[in-house]
Amino acid sequence: MVHVIAPSDCHQFTGGLTEFDVEADTVRRLISELEARFPGLGDYVDRRMAIAIDGEIHQDAWFSPIRANSEIYLIPKIGGG
Amino acid sequence: MSDVLDGPGVQPDLKVVGTRPIRPDGADKVTGRAAFGADFNMPGQLVGKILRSPHAHAKIVSIDTRKARALPGVKAVVTGADFPNLASEMHEGGEAASNLRDLAMNVIARDKALYDGHAVAAVAATSSAIADEALRLITVTYEVLPHVIDVEAAMSPDAPVLHAHLFTEGLEVRPTSASNVARRNQITRGDLAEGFAAADVIVEGRYTTQAVHQGYIEPHACVAAWVEDGQCDVWSSSQGQFMVRTYCAKILGLEISDIRVTPAEIGGGFGGKTTVYLEPLALALSRQSGHPVKMVMTREEVFRATGPTSGAVILVKLGAKVDGTMTAAEVELKYQAGAFPGSPVGAGSMTALACYDIPNFLITGWDVVTNSPKVAAYRAPGAPIAAFGVESAVDDLARKLGMDPLALRERNGVRNGVKAAYGPTFQNIGYLETLAAIKDCPQYSLPLGPNQGRGVAAGFWFNVGGESTAAVHVNEDGSVVVVTGNPDIGGSRAAMAMMAAETLGVPMQRVRPRIADTASIGFSMLTGGSRTTFATGMAVVQAAEKVVADLKRRAALLWEVPADKVEWRNGAAVCLDPAKADPKPMTLEILAGQSARTGGPISAQVSLNAQGAGPGFGVHVCDVEIDPETGHVTVLRYTAAQDVGKAIHPSYVEGQVQGGVAQGVGWALNEEYIFDSDGRMENAGFLDYRVPVASDLPMIDTILVEVANPRHPFGAKGVGEVPIVPPLAAVANAIRSAIGVRMADLPLSPPKIRAVMDARAS
Amino acid sequence: MSKPHISAIVNGDPVEFLADPGMTLLDALRDELSLTGSKEGCGSGDCGACSVIVDGRLVCSCLMLAAEAEGRRVDTIEGLAQGGRLHPLQQKFLEHAALQCGFCTPGLLMAAKALLDANPDPTETEARYWLAGNLCRCTGYDKVIRAVMDAAAELRQVKV
Ligand code: FES
Ligand code: FES
Repeated sequence: MVHVIAPSDCHQFTGGLTEFDVEADTVRRLISELEARFPGLGDYVDRRMAIAIDGEIHQDAWFSPIRANSEIYLIPKIGGG
Repeated sequence: MSDVLDGPGVQPDLKVVGTRPIRPDGADKVTGRAAFGADFNMPGQLVGKILRSPHAHAKIVSIDTRKARALPGVKAVVTGADFPNLASEMHEGGEAASNLRDLAMNVIARDKALYDGHAVAAVAATSSAIADEALRLITVTYEVLPHVIDVEAAMSPDAPVLHAHLFTEGLEVRPTSASNVARRNQITRGDLAEGFAAADVIVEGRYTTQAVHQGYIEPHACVAAWVEDGQCDVWSSSQGQFMVRTYCAKILGLEISDIRVTPAEIGGGFGGKTTVYLEPLALALSRQSGHPVKMVMTREEVFRATGPTSGAVILVKLGAKVDGTMTAAEVELKYQAGAFPGSPVGAGSMTALACYDIPNFLITGWDVVTNSPKVAAYRAPGAPIAAFGVESAVDDLARKLGMDPLALRERNGVRNGVKAAYGPTFQNIGYLETLAAIKDCPQYSLPLGPNQGRGVAAGFWFNVGGESTAAVHVNEDGSVVVVTGNPDIGGSRAAMAMMAAETLGVPMQRVRPRIADTASIGFSMLTGGSRTTFATGMAVVQAAEKVVADLKRRAALLWEVPADKVEWRNGAAVCLDPAKADPKPMTLEILAGQSARTGGPISAQVSLNAQGAGPGFGVHVCDVEIDPETGHVTVLRYTAAQDVGKAIHPSYVEGQVQGGVAQGVGWALNEEYIFDSDGRMENAGFLDYRVPVASDLPMIDTILVEVANPRHPFGAKGVGEVPIVPPLAAVANAIRSAIGVRMADLPLSPPKIRAVMDARAS
Repeated sequence: MSKPHISAIVNGDPVEFLADPGMTLLDALRDELSLTGSKEGCGSGDCGACSVIVDGRLVCSCLMLAAEAEGRRVDTIEGLAQGGRLHPLQQKFLEHAALQCGFCTPGLLMAAKALLDANPDPTETEARYWLAGNLCRCTGYDKVIRAVMDAAAELRQVKV
């Protein structure tokens, strides 16, 4: 199980839930789990969010591995100047 | 003064990385040979010009172009009607996401002009004078609408609404009527009420900033040529040729492979050249006229229709124990987005408290559309504005607590293992080291004279990685070409060549870096977000490593030993098999000369999507002196310390830091968009929009703190964004220390300061 | 409408061109003579990217009419390096990394040359005030000033 923390952006999909656990070993699995559990969230995360796995930010990286017991933060994608 | 402080994880035995060679494109740039956007011409090219709205908000009732078309020498006239209507679609280029429909409508207005300077028509003619005359002959009938530019006025329920389809996102309940508030975002932790209840000391402040422009000295420029078979070529100055290609294809409905974009040298961008303004118009004019079309903005157009970053209102409340431990923070950020949604308030919210470990906080951000140019990214987009408020409030808190401002920051500063306010847990960060570097720097303990003050402030930026491609080719004589797809804005060619040279074990002068057009190298995201040295650098190193592996394999074949009996040292293959009598090292030259007979050209390309960019922190100290007669602020001394991971070319890293500081000082003291009561920009030129000049600034001392990023081959972290984050507050805090009054409305121009000093004196 | 015919000396060589009324010297250099080293950052005399030296005086070529160049001697960035060797100012700009994007660089170099021609031993403050007409948005001027001071020192050595 990995622990997912979702910011306010995602609450429209989670019904306000900020933390929950899902089963996932890659970012892609995580996204499909999110979609299954909260319809619309997986798609939203895929398009709009970056995923911090134990502190390291991954953007557009479906095959980044996720270890068991990892902590996942969903954060808005980051650009820059 | 410039110091480099080696920290944990930095490789000790580097030969090229960390040195200061002359940049490979240097001679071109000091002799005037380098070709920037406006320096390129094509035979038979026409001059393209744009008609812009004189109104901040107006319905476009009709556009009559007949007279302009009839003028001899006019070859094309386009309006919004000549472009396809796009559906709302977010494009996630990895940079600030942009809605393609909005992007297209920003390039040329359709039914409404949304700001003074919004393009409404464009012409192409055989001369500049004829093009100007043609613009005069176009009749646009406007129905002028009430406008709104101030961010809080735009949020009020009775404000004129810019977009009838805009409903605030991010609220618990979707609103039933359209408004100018595009989005609310919130980040929260702990219990705010409890946190403030536990505080012994509370400070509060309201801070305001005005829109400021990136202020690159080179105006936007391009040449576009549409050929009859539908293939097109674009030469333009931008932060990313692939970005230009994608946006042109989308806006004009073209196939990506039909567009080739060649990057010109770019005369500064700072985020402002991460989007398109001219290129789609030039292509449309070229299609209609059958000629290449060149378009170059005037400085006035640059100010009125490109950039800027948001003006904002920032509310901050902080609570702390008497020992300085911060217990609670509440931050509210209201950012102008300009004519279309997409202010950098999201990043502002995420960075606002990123330097602090506070158990209870709430950060709320509002993205608000206004009748001003659509904001573009500007160096650490959103972060300097938030830091201005937070770092000013932290300064007030230190004063109220009677604590040294660096000590207060250290007590509450984030370190490895601490959860960032925006979520993830920090690793390999160098914030405390950076604070210590400023505490130890000579400036921090120099005595101050009368009317002088000292301010410190901290800043943070995430830095990003992303998609990059690099190719490394070894020529027959052993010299090397490195090809990437990232425009070089600040010396990145040098960094690319140095990293390739280090990996190959050859002198940097044997490696020539080139920047290719979109048809000649694989996709790369644009140069921005401080990603190039990190991500493209990673691609360069991996491509060079592939080349080394190939060289070792060929040497093993020649020596007839297994591949693992060959090592690559100092630019040559070395045989480890003692059974082979005296095999001399096989140099790159030797192997390159035999490449045809050992398997063909030696060359490798790597495309990747780099993850794991290391976040950066900066701490600045600024000393000022105020002239009590005029209120004029002189910056006496400035030292900026920053965790840079590993400086590949320290001079250019220092240069990034110094340049960011200068822009931040300008933002703090002078720069602002000024609009008249009709919403027209009043100061659209460098005379009235005053960016810092050489006599406004002292030397800017830098301290490069190196806490390596383990995800980069040499430990590099992004550098360019962080240094613009602290200066706004560092300057404001220095002025606070000099005059004893908190000034919270940027820019801190002489009349404002004098008014405060006069009020205090009487 | 006939265009006046202009003869001038640019970087030591005689040149001729036809000048539209209203054509600036900068336009003439860039468009008529293909000397695109001088840049246009503002067209209004506020940025210095177009700096050239006319009869020994530093001018913003965007503010001077091309027709006024008749019979004058114009020095541009393209003439600063001589005989395949960079001018000490150019060399010092490279050594000190005094440019990032390089767009302001031609103008800054010409302004610095005019400074050192007029004052071979400027103080840092004098250099900063002299160069205050040349905007650079990238560098914060630190390395620019260092390069100019270093080049001044080297040029004084050469003269001695
Ligand atoms: S272009 Fe001449 S001063 Fe700016
Ligand atoms: S180096 Fe870019 S403007 Fe000076």
